[in-house]
Amino acid sequence: MRRLLLRAVGAEEEVEEEEGWHQLYPSHIPTSPLQKALLAAGSAVMALYDPYRHDMVAVLGETTGCLALPNLRDKMKHHPEGYRILQERPCIRLSTLDMSRLRGLPDGSLGREYVRFLEDNKVSPDTRMPPKFVDDEELAYVIQRYREVHDLMHTLLGMPTNMLGEVVVKWFEAVQTGLPMCVLGAAFGPVRLSARKLQVLATELVPWAIRSGLNASCILNVYYEQRWEQPVESLREEIGIFPPPAVRM
Amino acid sequence: MPRCRSRPGGGGRWRRCGCAGAAAGLCSPVSPGPRGRSAVWPRGRRCTSASRASRRRTGGRRVRAAAAGGLGPEPSGDGSPGCRVYQVFESVAKKYDVMNDSMTLGIHRVWKDILVHKMNPSPGTLLLDVAGGTGDIAFRFINYVRAVRERQLQRKLKHHQNLSWQEIFENYQEDKSDSLGDSQVVVCDINREMLKVGKQKAQHLGYSKGLSWVLGNAEELPFDDDMFDVYTIAFGIRNVTRIDLALEEAYRVLKPGGRFLCLEFSHVSNPLLSRLYDLYSFQVIPVLGEVIAGDWKSYQYLVESIRRFPPQEELKAMIEDAGFFKVDYENLNFGIVAIHSGFKL
Repeated sequence: MRRLLLRAVGAEEEVEEEEGWHQLYPSHIPTSPLQKALLAAGSAVMALYDPYRHDMVAVLGETTGCLALPNLRDKMKHHPEGYRILQERPCIRLSTLDMSRLRGLPDGSLGREYVRFLEDNKVSPDTRMPPKFVDDEELAYVIQRYREVHDLMHTLLGMPTNMLGEVVVKWFEAVQTGLPMCVLGAAFGPVRLSARKLQVLATELVPWAIRSGLNASCILNVYYEQRWEQPVESLREEIGIFPPPAVRM
Repeated sequence: MPRCRSRPGGGGRWRRCGCAGAAAGLCSPVSPGPRGRSAVWPRGRRCTSASRASRRRTGGRRVRAAAAGGLGPEPSGDGSPGCRVYQVFESVAKKYDVMNDSMTLGIHRVWKDILVHKMNPSPGTLLLDVAGGTGDIAFRFINYVRAVRERQLQRKLKHHQNLSWQEIFENYQEDKSDSLGDSQVVVCDINREMLKVGKQKAQHLGYSKGLSWVLGNAEELPFDDDMFDVYTIAFGIRNVTRIDLALEEAYRVLKPGGRFLCLEFSHVSNPLLSRLYDLYSFQVIPVLGEVIAGDWKSYQYLVESIRRFPPQEELKAMIEDAGFFKVDYENLNFGIVAIHSGFKL
């Protein structure tokens, strides 16, 4: 019926798109299973070879997440707050964040600490890659949300964006999400760390990250945008993250 | 030259554009919107219709890929094919050589060697290499001419018997300063980024004499009539919007007796090989583009532009139409690549 209407209106190309392209969202690039396999292998190698290629980590996540992403989406669907997030599809980006308001919040609140984290580490929420190779529009949003929440994880876990901090957050996320990319990152990330850092990692940080990950409820089920005023401690308790160990990062 | 206003955010790179969510059109900024493709078009992206129109204009087989469609590197300019090509090469310039090596497993070097051998330039030749961006043909030309010159000098010296050391020394001196024998190559490319990479390469490899770099459009060359002995265009003519104009320009700038040489991807007639080639092109090459250069769409565009390009006989006819004589072609690797040659008489 829709096709007939479109044809009547003369929108030939729309029809062609539906039939031939399967383009589900503007940044979507449809890929065959062979291409996904090649992408997964290639991006894994490239991410190890050049850790600054964040886009390769993103591609690895998308191409290997076919089991974990539906899992995450279902977890969100069965939780009232998660369900709302899926419906409303909020985005964390500079244009929607009222930075001055967040900066004005009391110290220790999520909003204040998040802004502090962004400024200290000189990162911005706008540099995340859009999903390209996920063949389901809702799952594409889920992985999108996961990427945006990653920075908030740094804040909640109190981890900086150096290699050590990233690895710890990856361990936590691996336990929480089950995404193969997180598991691989957690396993191979430490390869580039010094002996002292490895020791700290193995003895204190990783056990804590795993315990917190197992204890915590799903991090994607929290509507962070509505909780800027909430103190970080209180949010940690609510989610189930244990206080971070006092180590020099 | 097509006018391209540069896009805010620079180049044709997705990952630098605005926010992920907005660009992906997955998030709704304020209130829930209907899901699906049409839900939230990212701000600042116009011209879906323009790029669709451009798709129609460029004609050819409609191939499935996002690259050609409303998601191409468009927002600037008029979305015309020329503009798009410019942006593609702007974004791939730095990784161009690495990608060539990966995609062709290094075989492109052999193809270019064969082209220069076929050209067989003698010292004193004036070569125009169009779309020669990173200088591959130019450097090979210089090497070839140097080698020929060396041999010439050695032969000359062999004939001189009973020379005093002083005379030999003087002979060597005057010939050494003329290692190229007045040969010159002009590299012309429409894309500033590609020329930049080429110049850096030249510096790095130590090529300086007899080499010039000119920004110009193959359809409207900034040179006088009857200037060059040889005109080459290697893997460039496929990207020209009006091939007939480029061929006419080639005819114009060549001296009478000058030679036209074109190295380009062409059509594979062998059915089995053709299928393997298609499989490799469509499945592997965009993946290589994404992994190595971080740019899937440019390499998807590359593969499609190869399929759209006229086959050997058709190109031969077009070259003849431009006025060239003794037009012929030689297939390399069963037609994956072909060298077309013609003379201005």
